[in-house]
Amino acid sequence: MFDRLSEGFSNVLRKLSGQSTISEGNVREALEDVRKALLEADVSLDVVNEFIDGALKDAHGREVTKSLKPGQEMIGIVYDRLVALLGDAPQIPENATQEEAAKILMADGPGIMTISPGPTIVMMCGLQGSGKTTTCGKLAGWLKKRGRSVMLVAADLQRPAAVEQLQTVAEQVQRDMPGGAQVLFYAEPEKTAEYGKAVGVAVGVCQRAVAAARAKGIDTVILDTAGRLHVNDSLMDELQQVNRLVQPHQVFLVVDAMTGQDAVKSAKAFHQRLEVDGLIMTKFDSDTRGGAALSVKHITGAKIRFVGLGEKLDALEEFHAPRFAGRILGMGDVVSLVQKAREQVSDEEAKAMEEKLAKGEMTMDDYLQQLKSLRKMGPLKQLLGLLPGIGAALKDVHIDDAQLDRVEGMVNSMTPAERKKPEVIDFKRRKRISTGSGTKHEDVGNLIKGFTTVGQLSKQFAGMSASDKVKAVKSLGASGGAGSLAPGLSGMPGFMRGKGSSHSASPKSAFKKKRK
Amino acid sequence: MAFFKSILSKLKQGLEATRQTLTRGLRSLILGRQLDDALIDDVQRMLLEADVGVEATQRLIDRARADFKAGTLRRSEDLLAHLKAHIKELLSSSAAVAGGAVGGGGAAAAVAAGAGGASAGAGSPVGDAASAPRILSPEFRLAPAAPTVVLITGTNGAGKTTSIAKLAHMFRRQNKTVLLAACDTFRAGAVRQLEVWAERLGVEVVKGQQGGDPAAVAFDACKAAVARGVDVLILDTAGRLHTQDPLMRQLGKIYNVAGKLIPGAPHEALLVLDATTGQNAVRQAQEFARFSPLSGLILTKLDGTAKGGVVIAIRQATSIPVKFIGTGETPDDLQPFNADEFAEAMFSEEA
Ligand SMILES: Nc1nc2c(ncn2[C@@H]2O[C@H](COP(=O)(O)OP(=O)(O)OP(=O)(O)O)[C@@H](O)[C@H]2O)c(=O)[nH]1
Ligand SMILES: Nc1nc2c(ncn2[C@@H]2O[C@H](COP(=O)(O)OP(=O)(O)OP(=O)(O)O)[C@@H](O)[C@H]2O)c(=O)[nH]1
Ligand SMILES: [Mg+2]
Ligand SMILES: [Mg+2]
Repeated sequence: MFDRLSEGFSNVLRKLSGQSTISEGNVREALEDVRKALLEADVSLDVVNEFIDGALKDAHGREVTKSLKPGQEMIGIVYDRLVALLGDAPQIPENATQEEAAKILMADGPGIMTISPGPTIVMMCGLQGSGKTTTCGKLAGWLKKRGRSVMLVAADLQRPAAVEQLQTVAEQVQRDMPGGAQVLFYAEPEKTAEYGKAVGVAVGVCQRAVAAARAKGIDTVILDTAGRLHVNDSLMDELQQVNRLVQPHQVFLVVDAMTGQDAVKSAKAFHQRLEVDGLIMTKFDSDTRGGAALSVKHITGAKIRFVGLGEKLDALEEFHAPRFAGRILGMGDVVSLVQKAREQVSDEEAKAMEEKLAKGEMTMDDYLQQLKSLRKMGPLKQLLGLLPGIGAALKDVHIDDAQLDRVEGMVNSMTPAERKKPEVIDFKRRKRISTGSGTKHEDVGNLIKGFTTVGQLSKQFAGMSASDKVKAVKSLGASGGAGSLAPGLSGMPGFMRGKGSSHSASPKSAFKKKRK
Repeated sequence: MAFFKSILSKLKQGLEATRQTLTRGLRSLILGRQLDDALIDDVQRMLLEADVGVEATQRLIDRARADFKAGTLRRSEDLLAHLKAHIKELLSSSAAVAGGAVGGGGAAAAVAAGAGGASAGAGSPVGDAASAPRILSPEFRLAPAAPTVVLITGTNGAGKTTSIAKLAHMFRRQNKTVLLAACDTFRAGAVRQLEVWAERLGVEVVKGQQGGDPAAVAFDACKAAVARGVDVLILDTAGRLHTQDPLMRQLGKIYNVAGKLIPGAPHEALLVLDATTGQNAVRQAQEFARFSPLSGLILTKLDGTAKGGVVIAIRQATSIPVKFIGTGETPDDLQPFNADEFAEAMFSEEA
């Protein structure tokens, strides 16, 4: 019973979307399910209650019960509310092309302000172990890439080896991350002391660091403060003192995305003391639904600026409310997928592919090509998790990237003619291919079946506008049908179409080697 | 001294040191009120806000309402005792914790069997009652013959390395010799962090190369522990998310290496859980147990305002018990888990 905690919204949505009529009575009932799902997603109780009241009002306002598809309408209400709560949603016109839609979504980026004359001062704060030091490095990388020089300041004099940790991170950014700007490190290691014995020392360190940065003409200073509990008065006082005397232009609160109900309490306390300007949610690469994002956003009113998606220094993304609303709802994160794809597929490739798809001319070679780009985007399970409805379906499935090796093997064992027209592959040919690639007979059969399905789907997709595609995928997710997309990995070739920026040298490659 | 002091007084002490005074949330809530549905609703809110989760909360509340309707629970003064009793029950009632190691699935069972097989081959019949691990306290299992190997696992930043310092400190106070293994070869500054603790506590560390194979470090450390005849070897591992398959398999490898070299090792495999974690912790516990059969949890950061109520759901889903709690950042801040005091703390609120 306890291990079968509901998969959150997927179930609710499935239920709702199947409902042909919604009465006054079951609006409440449906929202009761939403309430439960939000709680299981770790949204704080007060925020949940407020959310439900608001959604109820919206439902009355939009006369859900009279609309043609009340289920869809309800989902829309819940989704819109979530997006509104998470941050202002960029408006995408109905008739927008895919490029336009992507552009609008991407343009809603967060960034770090530039102060002139410099340096711009950014202060990190948060509970212990939330990811501050790591995020300092990620932000430095983000700035470096944009040509802005950075000084990382070790203002944690308390945690053992905190100074060394930041120093290593600074060196890694300087050495391995793309971009020409300088990344400097500032510390006064002799001032470190055991817990509770260096309180207040950080203030002076930060002041001297800023002076040094100014003298050197550094663009941005990032202060890495020690993790602390919001109820620890003396340490919170210390932060306030830094805030008063160093006057950072931006204060970022770093929050672990796996946080539960306590998120509101700590965020509130940090905000009361420091007037937090931005939130950074870390460890979103876990399978948490991340309801804490909603809570902290609600309690501080500050924008969620960035999201941490891994331990490596390039695992930082800008926050976009609609995507994360989708995640909390279990609708997946189609936009992230688009962005990831953009890094791997060039404009021309994407265009060529789209044309082929539209005409139903995709071949096994193309399929293989897609697979290869897909693999460059990251581990398969993580990618599929971004797709609506699939995340939940895959929860207990062991996805083996070796499966992709097998697919590659099978395609490689096909003749050029077979790759062009997989229909010609009969029993005998299957046997040859499976022997050639060391796979099972059924594997080849499944591959061909998957390929055919994808081809059909792609043809359907190709004719749709951007918003229709998103809708189509969403409705698949809502009805639970998207699970069937899983075998057809490249069910998203239509989505892989991107504009401009073909990041040929992925910054990831530099870091991939490091961790085996 | 501070060691076996109750959690509550420790918690209280910690909070007082930081201005807060601990008022009994539920006690003040109950004061002068009749037991009725509204009061039970308030209790439900407290449970949800303690991260107990929808299911477990529902269970506790259903019990309270049923007993209230049946007339067996009548006075509001009895409500706290009623809840505590049932929370304690949920925290201790689940599948038998055979041998201490609780696996989540087939992989775990296979690993455990492998470890047992290796030790039988080494001529020490594990599983035989006479040589079964001695239980020093209900909290901790020691190997029948030194060294006792303790594997510490958990997600990023949960408090593993700090908890190891606390455990090492505890063993030093019991006059045991301790060796630490720096199996986190990945994170910047991780080895150095463990070394600083070791220097402060006067214990030794086995380390490998930055970026090297953590299982190799575990291997070296096990050998060193045997050669040097230390009482306790504690393995620090890199933080990892339960969703990261290669890293989870790497953890399984570390687990196996220990078992191959030292009979029955690791004797304790503890998952460190940050008390601020929400419902995702259940998945964490299940997944970690799959790769490294867990004998218990260390619930850290209870000195904040988080209650860690999700351990109830974890206990129900996996039968993994909480063994220690962390209440601060110094080596003294480790306490054995006490269900009664934990439940009490769940209903207290800071002013
Ligand atoms: N998987 C994952 N791990 C992360 C992420 N961000 C940080 N981490 C890891 O989380 C752990 C804690 O990160 P730190 O940067 O040391 O956290 P901190 O807030 O500086 O910690 P204190 O200074 O002790 O308060 C480390 O193991 C990091 O590698 C993320 O987005 N994803
Ligand atoms: N308040 C409080 N802080 C704690 C407790 N345990 C650990 N911490 C702090 O949490 C932060 C992370 O602790 P670590 O021991 O480095 O965590 P870890 O799990 O080893 O982290 P990684 O190795 O990066 O995954 C540090 O700042 C610790 O001082 C606790 O019980 N209470
Ligand atoms: Mg830090
Ligand atoms: Mg550690």
